[in-house]
Amino acid sequence: MRSLINRVGAVAAAAGALIPASVYAAAVEGQVQKQSTNYEAIVMFLIFVVLTLGITFWAARRTKSAKDFYAAGGGITGFQNGLAIAGDYMSAASFLGIAGLVYTSGFDGLIFSVGWLVGWPIILFLVAERLRNLGKYTFADVASYRFQQTPIRTLAACGSLATVTFYLIAQMVGAGKLIQLLFGLDYVVAVVIVGVLMIAYVTFGGMLATTWVQIIKAVLLLSGASFMAFAVLYKFGFSPEALFARATELHPKKLEIMAPGALITDPISAISLGMALMFGTAGLPHILMRFFTVSDAKEARKSVFYATGFIGYFYILTFIIGFGAIVLILAPDANGAYPFLDAAKLAAAGGKAAPGMIIGGTNMAAIHTANAVGGNLFYGFISAVAFATILAVVAGLTLAGASAVSHDLYASVIAKGRASEHDEIRVSKITTVIIGIVSIFLGIAFENQNVAFMVGLAFVIAASANFPILLMSMFWGKMTTRGALLGGWLGLLSSVTMLVLGPTVWKDVLGNPAPIFPYANPGLFSITLSFIGIWFFSITDNSQTAQDERKAYEAQYIRSQTGLGAEGASAH
Amino acid sequence: MKENAQRILANPKFQELVQKRSAFAWTLSVAMLVIYFGFILLVAFGKGFLGTPIGSGVTTWGIPVGLFTIISAFILTGIYVRRANGEFDELNRQIMEEAK
Repeated sequence: MRSLINRVGAVAAAAGALIPASVYAAAVEGQVQKQSTNYEAIVMFLIFVVLTLGITFWAARRTKSAKDFYAAGGGITGFQNGLAIAGDYMSAASFLGIAGLVYTSGFDGLIFSVGWLVGWPIILFLVAERLRNLGKYTFADVASYRFQQTPIRTLAACGSLATVTFYLIAQMVGAGKLIQLLFGLDYVVAVVIVGVLMIAYVTFGGMLATTWVQIIKAVLLLSGASFMAFAVLYKFGFSPEALFARATELHPKKLEIMAPGALITDPISAISLGMALMFGTAGLPHILMRFFTVSDAKEARKSVFYATGFIGYFYILTFIIGFGAIVLILAPDANGAYPFLDAAKLAAAGGKAAPGMIIGGTNMAAIHTANAVGGNLFYGFISAVAFATILAVVAGLTLAGASAVSHDLYASVIAKGRASEHDEIRVSKITTVIIGIVSIFLGIAFENQNVAFMVGLAFVIAASANFPILLMSMFWGKMTTRGALLGGWLGLLSSVTMLVLGPTVWKDVLGNPAPIFPYANPGLFSITLSFIGIWFFSITDNSQTAQDERKAYEAQYIRSQTGLGAEGASAH
Repeated sequence: MKENAQRILANPKFQELVQKRSAFAWTLSVAMLVIYFGFILLVAFGKGFLGTPIGSGVTTWGIPVGLFTIISAFILTGIYVRRANGEFDELNRQIMEEAK
């Protein structure tokens, strides 16, 4: 393990070439310099913390039953939930990563935004209302609806925990580095603050606090990004053409930034990446949980509509902000200086500005742009929002992880449904504390490692294990426990194996000369394998239990279509 | 509950609801997939087209095509929600009413 970690660290520099992986993560790559203390940002962040802890206190008094804890009592409206879903999705990764990608490669950034967005309509059309009608607290409720509880819940919990863990590590490391850069705080201090606050939100306030923290952050982020995009366009008389024209003059790639570049080279990679982004979204446990916080299928549909609108709008903003970064960072100021570029690198290149010279790495493009359009105060605001973003996302992830342990593993697998509600919540809170502490340690352990690939891993696992069993269990009456189990594990193991043997991990992280599996994104293969596995091992299953499970589909089908017997909102 | 379920299953309105809603959902899903994978295939094979400037400026065709893909996702969800929360939910309400 030790030598693995050392090797991982040694090749972290190679991550620069891995655009797809780095866009997945919030991460500021490699070593970062601690900056001088940023008091504006710290004060604004403290205001956010006080406000959210106040909400947690309020939520704690209203969180009594398991339904309150896992699903905010089912009383969140479609609009609120749409904002919260958008908040879960607009992580620091997508804000800083996509703006940074647009800043370095221009048009390519748009390809990612689009891939991340189009999963949502599919979730709405095929998944959202059935999920809402069948489920209670976790997606495993739906996946195991008519199957044997122990094996399917275990599989779903493993899929959830794997997704959550990899996602969390990437977020914790990203948080530590970002905060070092933005606030001038120590890495360890930053990671501990994130861990402690997320434990507080989740254990005391459950889903209600987690949702409101997410809503507040989404509003702050959307307002901040709107202001930035507006300020950038204002400088060009609201003419995108003028903005693009100036950007192509300043950017060393010139007109190439207006066309697809090297990001996607062959159709297999393109489709594979598209599938992982699209279906991964529909398999992320912390996102799926949000569908149980609304009162019925009608509100669930509305929430996806609002979420798609907010996310789409946000991606258009990041695209403008990325171009804003090009024109503001790569142009000299009134004194002929480049305040956001590394002076030594600039001098070495003979004073010719290039995107890679940016202070703090390309993921800082949006942050520097905030400084350029709004001065120190706005820079502080955007820094505080970036911190709040990470905090809100890790809280959601932690709650999803804790629910997988308490609701799926403890209540269904270990206690066989005989655990009291009180015990279940207690296990959930204990798990939250454990996840919080473990992620603080993992965050510290992985400080100097390249963790960008871990979010890619989380998406591929979600797309290859969670999504196929969830979709098939709702749509295919002939599916059996055996099919779900073998197909799901096949997807889980094959995706991890192919990712490890592929260029991202085998070549760039482990330092081998050539990858064994040629594609960086195994989605196309592992998702297909999982579906084939589910189909094959179900149709060849003629046991008595399999027959019974097929018969039980009819009742499930009626409930999924009409909501007959579905969970409602709680009375208070 | 079991009797309710049988009555729902026997109700022709239930078959109508399921058929209409599934057909609608799949049609819109296919529309989204065609738009998205069309965009991705253009990225993979039609770089020249996406990189062609519109008129004499620097803005390329890639920009409106990308924006169209984003906006179409929003519009398609809007179309679905409108019909599902109106027509389909009304039908569903009637089915549930008749099953009592």
